Amino acid sequence: MNFETTIGLEVHIELKTNSKAYSPAPVVYGAEPNTNTNVIDWGYPGVLPQVNKGALEFGMRAALALNCEIRKDIHFDRKNYFYPDNPKAYQITQSDTPIAHDGWLEIELEDGTKKKIGIEEMHVEEDAGKNTHNPDGYSYVDLNRQGTPLIEIVSKPDIASPDEAYAYLTRLRQIIQFTGVSDVKMEEGSMRADVNISVRPVGSDKFGTKTEMKNLNSFEHVKKGLEYEAKRQAKVLMAGGKVQQETRRFDVPTGTTILMRVKEGASDYRYFPEPDLPPIHISDDWIQEVKASIPEMPDVRRKRYVNEWGIPEYDAGVLTQTKEMSDFYEATVAAGADAKLAANWLMGEVSAYLNANKVELAKTALTPAHLATMIQLIEDETISSKIAKKVFKEIITNDTEPKAWVEAKGMVQLSDPVKLQPIIDEVLDNNEQSIIDFKNGKDRAVGFLVGAIMKQTRGKANPKVVNKLLMASLNAR
Amino acid sequence: MDYFKTDLKGVHEALVKKDLSVEELTQETFATIKDRDQKIDAFLALNEEKAVKKAQAIDARGVNQDNVLDGIPVGIKDNIVTKGLTTTAASKMLYNFNPIYNATVMDKLDEAGMITVGKLNMDEFAMGSSTETSTFKKTKNAWDQTKVPGGSSGGSAAAVASGQVLAALGSDTGGSIRQPAAFNGIVGVKPTYGRVSRFGLIAFASSMDQIGPLTRNVYDNALMLNAISGHDSRDFTSSAKEVPDFTQGIDQGVKGMRIAVPKEYFSEGVDADIQAAVKDAIKTFEKLGATVDEVSLPYSKYGVPVYYIIASSEASSNLQRFDGIRYGFRADDVKNLEDVYVKSRSEGFGDEVKRRIMLGTFSLSAGTYDAFFKKAAQVRTLICRDFENVFANYDLIIGPTTPTTAYGLGERIDDPVTMYMNDILTIPVNLAGLPGMSLPAGFSHKMPIGLQLIAPRFREDTMYKAGFAFEQATDFHKAFPVIGGQN
Amino acid sequence: MAITANEVEHVASLAKLKFTDEELQKFTGQMDAIIDMVEQLQEVDTTGVPVTSTVTDATNVMREDVAVKGTDRDLLMENVPEHQDGLIKVPAIIDESEEA
Repeated sequence: MNFETTIGLEVHIELKTNSKAYSPAPVVYGAEPNTNTNVIDWGYPGVLPQVNKGALEFGMRAALALNCEIRKDIHFDRKNYFYPDNPKAYQITQSDTPIAHDGWLEIELEDGTKKKIGIEEMHVEEDAGKNTHNPDGYSYVDLNRQGTPLIEIVSKPDIASPDEAYAYLTRLRQIIQFTGVSDVKMEEGSMRADVNISVRPVGSDKFGTKTEMKNLNSFEHVKKGLEYEAKRQAKVLMAGGKVQQETRRFDVPTGTTILMRVKEGASDYRYFPEPDLPPIHISDDWIQEVKASIPEMPDVRRKRYVNEWGIPEYDAGVLTQTKEMSDFYEATVAAGADAKLAANWLMGEVSAYLNANKVELAKTALTPAHLATMIQLIEDETISSKIAKKVFKEIITNDTEPKAWVEAKGMVQLSDPVKLQPIIDEVLDNNEQSIIDFKNGKDRAVGFLVGAIMKQTRGKANPKVVNKLLMASLNAR
Repeated sequence: MDYFKTDLKGVHEALVKKDLSVEELTQETFATIKDRDQKIDAFLALNEEKAVKKAQAIDARGVNQDNVLDGIPVGIKDNIVTKGLTTTAASKMLYNFNPIYNATVMDKLDEAGMITVGKLNMDEFAMGSSTETSTFKKTKNAWDQTKVPGGSSGGSAAAVASGQVLAALGSDTGGSIRQPAAFNGIVGVKPTYGRVSRFGLIAFASSMDQIGPLTRNVYDNALMLNAISGHDSRDFTSSAKEVPDFTQGIDQGVKGMRIAVPKEYFSEGVDADIQAAVKDAIKTFEKLGATVDEVSLPYSKYGVPVYYIIASSEASSNLQRFDGIRYGFRADDVKNLEDVYVKSRSEGFGDEVKRRIMLGTFSLSAGTYDAFFKKAAQVRTLICRDFENVFANYDLIIGPTTPTTAYGLGERIDDPVTMYMNDILTIPVNLAGLPGMSLPAGFSHKMPIGLQLIAPRFREDTMYKAGFAFEQATDFHKAFPVIGGQN
Repeated sequence: MAITANEVEHVASLAKLKFTDEELQKFTGQMDAIIDMVEQLQEVDTTGVPVTSTVTDATNVMREDVAVKGTDRDLLMENVPEHQDGLIKVPAIIDESEEA
């Protein structure tokens, strides 16, 4: 029996607004516990929520970038559940009227095929605080994160393989990153994925029973967990068994999924309209305003690189993978670097350096201006490509102005014929035999003479100029 | 200062003329409270030290002669959060809760120069109609200490009616200001939903709660509402509408006013004496030049079930934050998180609160939501439309505030349905967010009868005008109880 | 519609309340009476009637995205039954409760 897989993804993304979704407390990552909270975040008796317009705008921006329809009339709802990191014991969300619906994004698979994945809905809600369980039998609660605005993006059941799920997440992260509404960092928890998966015999018109995995913290884990789960479910069905509706956990060391709990019907969250917040009407003008605020999306940049700057399609794709890289690239070109050379450097030496040192571009000392200057020095032949490697190593590790540095270090290439000719003459005078060899058609002699000239100039001579002058001199003798 | 024989203006004039200082007034007020409240049990906590300090500060800077409320003592219902002054909502759950911020109305009263003398008893979390569900004490009716003061703002009403303060703040979710005002023969106003900020009011039912004043006469009430009204950026449901001076034109009379009397408000459940008193009131209004017609509010009879579903549902969610983790009561002997929740809540809440939490939780549950919460929210729309239809042609609705006068302590506490039905005349006003007033309109067996005035949204001015005219034409508000003796 | 003691117990568990057997009997009876009263709503035809979930005249109320410094932590901790190192302390969960 052959099976087909259906995967659903619910992705939570923290929005990097200045203040929280329903209180004016600051949104700060990694602060001292409970220092960015107020009585509203703590759910003190008598406090009331205050919707952050910025959170709704960021949500709309993300939704529009994901080709969603914006709902015109929304209200908020309460989702009730008890947990120490949830001080009100309800989360203010938009279960009844999600701010956006029916969007899509396009994924590109390894083999280059493209596929549209639908987005069912997207809504804005609030994050919970953080609960840390200690072995002393206590939990410790930090409410700094409480109330941080979140968007939840729910995919349509269009994802048919773990690879597609991986591509979906990559693409989603890329798009959201370019909108500027979130850092989308899995490792910091600003992007979190819940996945569900079911398999069914090919041709069956009914979806199989789903299992869920929650709070996966890397794309790799999502993919591996789904791969394992698809195989496990198929095996269960092949053996004539039934898949149970349950929540499972991806176990990193074994690469398998482990049962956490069986779902007995849906949890009863007792949703109802939030009476403390009046409804909101989203006007067309407002939508247009938000649309206008969306930064250029990666696909648009990619096309621009190809069409205007003559960058190969593949390279343009790599350069627009992250906003950081793309922004850096554009700034380098804006600082005067040749677009193609800048692309080569970023994809070559820079990427190699980042990979080798496992570091982010922003964490290095490299600036677009320095990179552009270095590229210009190569282009105008002030430095050789060999010297350039030394310069690059300097400017990516230290905040060094490359032009001043190569001059101070005497690394400037010797290209002036007036200065080179006497050196060439001297080398020729001292190597009569080589001239004879040259005249007898032995090309090796030229190499020897160039080597001698380079030695004389301690490697600074411009090889192109040396070659030209040397040939003229040899022929003249 | 005998609060039975004066009013806010009278006290203000005495302060301005320096017949007595603010400190003397404050000290006298505490002396009266310490004496009379032994019989009434209206106060849960007194704020003596800070109150006297504030009084001295006002004396030092001089009483503002343009501000009637400057330096005048006021009592606050204990579900209004007062910074640095224990706020319990009359619940064991908050027996030790020391607020670190002020409710907006407290900031406003502070600004107006009023002096908070203490916190007033109430039904636990404002759930109840007799103040008997308070964890701490049973407040007595000012007119007969064997009877309930009504509720949930029973402490506020009894304190004002027994002459301990001239003004108090209460809160009204289904009649909790108007009903105790009626039971105690004073004036109580529930403003339009959104007129007064709810920030710092410990939420019971967020879509209906409103803070309002209780006073001995209509003019004082208007003065108090002036002080606490207005838009608040911390309450997103508060209205941005401009707040008029409610005392302005209060004496214009009711000539030409179109008054509606809903026939449903005279059902057989309403005592004959009360019906008679309201009919007398109708005659008074007619004599004063108003026209009075009978109208119908056909859906008002569903008010009680609609209210109990919606209010309890909202309450079940609002009261989930009381979990023993961040403030308030935490049960002893808790071994794990579930214990913290279940023991703290089961021991911290009283029976009536539990009943409402249970009803609310049930009404919102997946299987019952449509038949309960959603159905009630739809019928609520019909009740709102009833009022809209009447107010298309009328300026004011009048009727009784309560079906009976105050009943005996302990009489109904174990019969929730009868207790709930007692709110039938006040509840529709909250469901529709309208302003409502109760004012004295007679006596039955020596217990006060309340007349209810209901105005269109944000037309408190109409209500005050009518109330003032009625008060001028009658003597009921001049009567006062003899505390501890025979009335 | 009659509510059973089992149903009352289930609702209690959602609300994090627990009753003794005696209380359960009393509550079930009272809940039953309340639910009877509430049942009369079923006679109202509400076809096509929208719900009313708020009666405020305010709409489109939003706060600009401006951060205001948080409340002093020591002040917030004043009412906390148990805390340590700036964290709220609470006995740990035994059964893994659902996280949203």
